[in-house]
Amino acid sequence: MRGVWKYIVVFLLTCGVFAISWYVSAYFNQKKIAEISTIQNKIAIDLLSTETQFDLVENLSCQDIDSSFLSAEIGDLASKISFSIEQNIADKDQLNDLKKQYSLLEAKDFLLSNRIAARCGKKIATILYFYGDKDSCPDCVRQGYVLDTIRDQYPLVRVYSFDFGLDLSTIKAFEAIYKINDNLPALVINGKTMNGFKSLDDLTALLPKSVTAPPVPPKTTTPTTQKSPTTN
Amino acid sequence: MSVAQVALYVILFLATYAQLFLLVTFLGKRKELNRYDQLPDFPATIPTVAVVVPCWNEQATVHGTVESLLALDYPKDRFEIIIVDDGSTDSTWNEILKYKGHPQVRMFQKENGGKHTAVNFGLTHTTADLVGCIDADSFVAPDALRRIVAAFARRPDAMAVCPSIIIYKPKGILQHIQRAEYNLSLYIKKALSFANGLHVVPGPFSFFRREVFEKIGPFRKAHNTEDAEIAFRMQINHMKIEHCHQAHVYTVAPKSIPGLIRQRTRWIYGFIQNTRDYRKYLLKGKYGTFSLFTVPMGFVSIGTLIYIFWMLLWAAGVYVAKKYIQFHTVGIHTSAHLFHVDPFFINTSVITVASVLLYSFLFVTIFFGHKIADEKKIPFHYIIVYVLLYIFLEPIWLMKALWNAVTAQKPKWR
Repeated sequence: MRGVWKYIVVFLLTCGVFAISWYVSAYFNQKKIAEISTIQNKIAIDLLSTETQFDLVENLSCQDIDSSFLSAEIGDLASKISFSIEQNIADKDQLNDLKKQYSLLEAKDFLLSNRIAARCGKKIATILYFYGDKDSCPDCVRQGYVLDTIRDQYPLVRVYSFDFGLDLSTIKAFEAIYKINDNLPALVINGKTMNGFKSLDDLTALLPKSVTAPPVPPKTTTPTTQKSPTTN
Repeated sequence: MSVAQVALYVILFLATYAQLFLLVTFLGKRKELNRYDQLPDFPATIPTVAVVVPCWNEQATVHGTVESLLALDYPKDRFEIIIVDDGSTDSTWNEILKYKGHPQVRMFQKENGGKHTAVNFGLTHTTADLVGCIDADSFVAPDALRRIVAAFARRPDAMAVCPSIIIYKPKGILQHIQRAEYNLSLYIKKALSFANGLHVVPGPFSFFRREVFEKIGPFRKAHNTEDAEIAFRMQINHMKIEHCHQAHVYTVAPKSIPGLIRQRTRWIYGFIQNTRDYRKYLLKGKYGTFSLFTVPMGFVSIGTLIYIFWMLLWAAGVYVAKKYIQFHTVGIHTSAHLFHVDPFFINTSVITVASVLLYSFLFVTIFFGHKIADEKKIPFHYIIVYVLLYIFLEPIWLMKALWNAVTAQKPKWR
């Protein structure tokens, strides 16, 4: 009988170990959700700040315009949202909302960048990148690597990634304006739309010489770059 | 939840259960460890003891083995050595003949028939109270027999007593990590002994009461693992097997990885085949820990290690494929964020946390294993290499043994 009890006690202890594992996992996941929420709040402030800058641009001199418009955290947010979706740590709707806010912020930054470039003659090139999941866009993984490399090599190139399938009116508007179809990946480089995978050489050739050469000296302020939330 | 995740949960649960079972058992009886500290006195009636030394082409080591037996601290008139040359084709017999006329040594020569036939041959030539055997490539500590006899005296219900096997003078990294491995396994062996669940009576210097062979018969041919088969047979006949951890026997470890794989494949193959032979006695309460825990958990271990191996291989494959695609797409590209580590990206799933807790049992094994081995320093560097190497090596012999068992291919002894 004593032997049977030992098996039962060990079973209960094992359940206890798993309960601890569940608790520890839930605790850390909660912390991550809290971190995402903090970033979410920061994005809200950045959105407001960007909107205000939109208004101020009209009244500021070009010397007062910084080339960095977005908060530094935005670069990490895409990877964190992707990781959270992969790991299933939070409610999918919550993560989807974050992804939408991220896309909105990108759109705002894109518009602002173009306006400043036009008004102040800043050397900035913009790439809009529309991606899909691995079933709808098998080449998106490779395209993501190319764009990451472009971002790292040419800080004056601003890449904005959008999930083609995301239900967001702003993205639909972009798709309508630039005639983006489901032949992914799709890239819009300085207003020109291209479908299908573009290699590093192809893409570099398409960028204006002013942003690709010469390399930016280390002291230059690096503009914030945005990563795709699903391809990185 | 995917099928793979469910399988992982089940495996983790069973593996954690096994570790906790060993720990609860060990802690419940840990005070018994202290009883073995002092060198015991001889019992009032000193039993007669015979050691059978089966030899097959052991010309290089038989002399050392016999010398270590003659150096044992045991009354000479109560102890005899029976050397059986199992049809050696080298000069083993000439080496044995050097002991001709020695009052404690008797020697026999027979046609080759396998180790168990040599041991059984020796058994028929002795009437000693306690009978043991030792492989002719092993050596014993001088106090080993005295401790084993004391263990029999202390536990009248113990029908067999096995020693702690320690790697003899390890040379090279592979032998050192095997020594660390053997020491770690002492904790498991001791816990199983406390729970009366040992499933093997190892060849080197294990002893049996004479009535074991009278009641259940001699050694049998059993997939080159006769020491496991007799343990299975003893367990189903409710005969207790005791582990005397302070009786030390030294054995020579394989020097090469192929040699190690060959040895372990034989052990695991034997375990699988013996389990198949005795399957009707499994998961039955009346056969105790052996039937409910040791053998089933042996299979859980085999499954777990193979599963983890393939999982790691899959993860490594995915990583390499990703890097290949990246290299093929953009060449060698180092990101500025390469060395930036964000704790956010640490996997904190239930499976990961449960795996970390499971691996923490390794420290329990290291601590108690070395306490039992009575070694002053814990060789952490060899333990780390052991863990890293065995993650990939162990599944090889496990899968090889499984394959051999399925295809009925008997692994070679050497």
